[in-house]
Amino acid sequence: MNMQPLDTAAEETIMRAAAVQGRSLWIDARARLLKNRAAVVGMVILAIITLLAIFAPLLSPYPFDKVNFNLVSCSPDWWPDKMVLCNAGGAHWFGTDALGRDLFVRVLYGARVSLAVGLASTLVSLVIGVAYGAIAGFFGGRTDELMMRFVDVLYSLPYIFLVIILMVVFNRDIFLLFIAIGAVVWLTMARIVRGQTLSIKQKEFIEAARAAGVGQFAIIRRHIIPNVVGPVMVYVTLTIPAVIIAESFLSFLGLGVQEPLTSWGVLIHDGTDQMETAPWALIFPALFMAVTLFCFNFIGDGLRDALDPKDR
Amino acid sequence: MLSYAIRRFMGAIPTLFVIITIAFFMMRIAPGGPFDSQRRLPPEIEHNVEAAYNLDKPVYQQYFIYLDRLAHFDLGPSYKIKDFTVTQLIAQGLPVSARLGASAIVLALIFGISLGTFAALYQNKILDHAVMSVAMVGITIPTFVTAPILTLIFGVYGVHLFGYDVSLPVGGWNDGALENMILPVFVLALPQIAIIARLVRGSMVEVLRSNYIRTARAKGLPDHLIVTRHALRAALLPLVSYIAPAMADLLTGSLIVEQIFGIPGIGRYFVQGALNRDYTLMLGVVICYAILIIALNLIADLLYAVLDPRVRYKQ
Repeated sequence: MNMQPLDTAAEETIMRAAAVQGRSLWIDARARLLKNRAAVVGMVILAIITLLAIFAPLLSPYPFDKVNFNLVSCSPDWWPDKMVLCNAGGAHWFGTDALGRDLFVRVLYGARVSLAVGLASTLVSLVIGVAYGAIAGFFGGRTDELMMRFVDVLYSLPYIFLVIILMVVFNRDIFLLFIAIGAVVWLTMARIVRGQTLSIKQKEFIEAARAAGVGQFAIIRRHIIPNVVGPVMVYVTLTIPAVIIAESFLSFLGLGVQEPLTSWGVLIHDGTDQMETAPWALIFPALFMAVTLFCFNFIGDGLRDALDPKDR
Repeated sequence: MLSYAIRRFMGAIPTLFVIITIAFFMMRIAPGGPFDSQRRLPPEIEHNVEAAYNLDKPVYQQYFIYLDRLAHFDLGPSYKIKDFTVTQLIAQGLPVSARLGASAIVLALIFGISLGTFAALYQNKILDHAVMSVAMVGITIPTFVTAPILTLIFGVYGVHLFGYDVSLPVGGWNDGALENMILPVFVLALPQIAIIARLVRGSMVEVLRSNYIRTARAKGLPDHLIVTRHALRAALLPLVSYIAPAMADLLTGSLIVEQIFGIPGIGRYFVQGALNRDYTLMLGVVICYAILIIALNLIADLLYAVLDPRVRYKQ
């Protein structure tokens, strides 16, 4: 007879309960995310680019808007093609642009603008989209129909056209650029949140909250929104690169950031103008932008897999 | 089916109306008129100019005048390109843009479908991984980066293949000569090739696992017939609903591509209109794009209903 002592069995149950409690959804998701090599590499590279952007003025002896007509479109010292007109020398690691400004510092300043726009506009779209979607989904009926109909109408035009119109209207101010992009990319966020809200509001705990007499907006704030965080987070990591592209797109067309401030879009545009003679002016900003976009995509994919493992 | 089509068509009209209204009033709240940046005109001349463009009337009257003209397919005069009406400019630019866009979508379909199919047939093999990695690049890197880089490689440095110089012109339209079209069309199609390849691979993998494909295999059909005759038909269905978003992407991409390669299409007019504050031109192009997109959405939905008997639209 294998009679186990009673207290061991009880202990095991408690241990198991503790283990189950210890692995919450978020801890689980984090473990899965950290196991995803592409996502981790993406996060590391992105952190490096962010740090470089923040400390840009300390990393180079040249100010970002210092014009030097003796070093117009000069290659970096190490450039392999020796047929170039001049070597910039010194600490011009990426060479100089058409006005003799240091490209390394300008690429990092471009990163500042691009990342700042990415974060700020995504934040704007997050606030509008979550509030709009949660309200439409929670109240349902006529309200929902009217609100989502409006979203559909805006959807039927590529959003970049609306942003361009907004930029023309608002005179190309950089802060308004943040808001203009954010005010247009919230549509998908609103749809996602609405869909989630529709399914959550059927759950018992919402009914319980209602029965306990919690107000409508308190239910939305305290019970609905915390439960849509997962899908929203995934979508946020996908919105940031989309916004960075939108900003660079506008700047490329000359409708975004204005001189002497710069962004990757402006740099790529200027690089395109002189790519026959100074290809480095095109290659470095393009490379930084591409790497950043890849990182965001990898992180977004990793997050989606981590938060929603059944979707693989 | 017919009633569904009519209902959808009627639904599109208010949508278009809302877009026109939003765009019109947004441009009117803009500080400064289209003639402000020029030399200061004597007041009486300025008054005449404004009267000629109806700018002296209250905004709501301008709106109704605009709608009235629009009903007669008149988009008004361009503010900045003198002696041209917006309708004339769009009539010039639209065929060029349409040709560019249509070539791009055809190229994207051909390459996207074949690459996606091959990737699915060699699932998890090297070919699959290679196609999907390239697709990842195509989706991630925006057009305004690929366009200059490809121009740099093929136009500026030039490429020599088997002793032939296959360098391409870096700009100009040249009435749509083939060599002028290759780069812009390819740049425009690249993201779409990537997305379509992904879509087709996904649905193809699923279809290849289904029972009727197993039956086709069991009765001894050769592989290429199974794929072309049975699998492809089912696997391409999700593609139909992608047509409309793809067109929207192409329109956005064409803004950049027309600008970079100097192609005289309506995308370029839009950008120039935005830079010069040529409000009527911008408005005209936006309306033109909105009609295109709404029409394509409608066509895609109807096509889907025709192709997929499982889809039945409720009355």
